[in-house]
Amino acid sequence: MLKDLFPKKKRYATITPHPSSRDKVPEGLMNKCKRCGEILLSKELEKHLKTCPHCGYHFTMTAEERIQVTLDEGSFQAFEDRIHTENPLEFPGYLEKLEKVQETTGMQEGVLSGSGTIAGYPVVVAVMDANFIMGSMGSVVGEKLTRAVERAIELNYPAIIFSVSGGARMQEGIFSLMQMAKVSSALARLAEKGLLYISVLTNPTTGGVTASFAMQGDLNLSEPGAIIGFAGRRVIEPMIRQKLPDEFQTAEFVLEHGMLDQVVHRKDMKPLLATVLSLHAQGGSL
Amino acid sequence: MAVDLPFEKPLIELRDKIEELKKFTEDKGIDMSTEVATLENKAQLLAETIYKELTPWQKVQIARHPDRPTTLDYILGISDDFVEMHGDRNFRDDPAVVGGIARFDGFPITVVGTQKGKGTKDNLYRNFGMAHPEGYRKALRLMKQAEKFRRPLLCFIDTAGAYPGPGAEERGQGEAIARNLIEMAALKIPIVVLVTGEGGSGGALGLGMGDKVLMLEHAWYSVIAPESAAAILWKDATLGQKAADSMGITAQDLYRFHIIDDIIQEPFGGAHRNPAQMIAKVKQAVASSFQELMAYNYEELPALRYEKYRHMGVYTEDTL
Ligand SMILES: [Zn+2]
Repeated sequence: MLKDLFPKKKRYATITPHPSSRDKVPEGLMNKCKRCGEILLSKELEKHLKTCPHCGYHFTMTAEERIQVTLDEGSFQAFEDRIHTENPLEFPGYLEKLEKVQETTGMQEGVLSGSGTIAGYPVVVAVMDANFIMGSMGSVVGEKLTRAVERAIELNYPAIIFSVSGGARMQEGIFSLMQMAKVSSALARLAEKGLLYISVLTNPTTGGVTASFAMQGDLNLSEPGAIIGFAGRRVIEPMIRQKLPDEFQTAEFVLEHGMLDQVVHRKDMKPLLATVLSLHAQGGSL
Repeated sequence: MAVDLPFEKPLIELRDKIEELKKFTEDKGIDMSTEVATLENKAQLLAETIYKELTPWQKVQIARHPDRPTTLDYILGISDDFVEMHGDRNFRDDPAVVGGIARFDGFPITVVGTQKGKGTKDNLYRNFGMAHPEGYRKALRLMKQAEKFRRPLLCFIDTAGAYPGPGAEERGQGEAIARNLIEMAALKIPIVVLVTGEGGSGGALGLGMGDKVLMLEHAWYSVIAPESAAAILWKDATLGQKAADSMGITAQDLYRFHIIDDIIQEPFGGAHRNPAQMIAKVKQAVASSFQELMAYNYEELPALRYEKYRHMGVYTEDTL
């Protein structure tokens, strides 16, 4: 089935489903909901797009799974970015850590990007992966996102970025910080061209990603319970010597404070994206 | 009273000894001028050794020196007719960010920057130079106004970072910085950015996208403050020195990485040892940066800025 999702086309790289990511929720295995504690069959969980049917808890999705549930079947064509992470600060252990993560995730880096359709509407989509060093943003993540936005400009397509990030990739120091400026610059161009940009902030989206492209959408959307913030609770609590309420920095909290347009259940995300895309489709006139 | 830094201690001790000898000469009428001269020579050599080979961590300490000139010192020192403007027109005025219009070398410019306090009371008022969202939004208001009147923009950065507090989060610290980035990328005016002291993470970058980005010789600019990096990497904030020394955060590092465009030399021992000289050098550097940028049609500047930031990042690419 995954093969159908990523059809072979000469111009584009193909994604080979990695055994470990395919087996992440092995059939017949039980999962315990992290929020309500209910035992869920993997099949049941898959059917509900990895959300708990009892309490609505949204489990983490890999970038591959996100594309699978968001884009029209078989429409995704991955962008071929043959770029590789370096260790510019010669940070001890960084490349070894990277290799290990590449092994377990089957991804080269923390972003999967490409073009495809949602309900027939063409889009460029880029998805960050939480399993890749906490979705942290290094040079390659920034470069892949920038290239995706530039391709959207070339193709005259709307862009959608699904964010998930612990923030900067510290091991890349200042180069990591500058990715915020780079991706923002590309999105400024997209905006200049009058193209739609939808940002979907998934759990968790924090630090430099929140302080750049994740908050720059024409629409900023999120999923229930997702943690969204700039500085994390662990930084703030010692600073103010107080415990913050549980709902602090949840998507619902951020919506209430005016930084999001909607908090959307995963099952409603694709239909909503389709509606928004249809409202921006060219050719319409009153 | 001057504040001395830990690594300056041997020098301070030597200088104290020289003073003692001089006093002794005066009080007792015994000629010690040869000894004094020898020690003064020694102090000079020691000073040169210390200040010419400053480690990143020592630079961090200089960058944080309480007597270091602040943004307002620079604004008032390099321009005339400064008219300060307050407020983000939405929530409040953030004293951690200052801004307004001023006359620089005869022409009007817009200035914004993070502002640290002088002394405890002022620092509490300025929130130690750590801005809330409304600080970034005030800055953006002034930037858009600069574009309206086609005034060049000068940004000063000296902040440990954007303030990490509940109010800041509620009011969208991330959104405020994010908006500044996307707006600064598109501003059709020349932008010169000066990192004068601390360049702490997104809180610095939120005022820091420019056509020319300059750093003072002992300033630092990093994805994360050294102590915070240490807390995350080694679960120990006291290892800030180790983090500072390994993360490539000095002006010299960033120049080598092509992240900044130039370095402004500081007076011997740091800006706080001779603020007037520092301000004069800053003025000179700002003047030549603006002169260079004025040669461009303002409409072209966002494209040039795009090229500049487009190339930031280190990776390898397969050749097909
Ligand atoms: Zn549940």
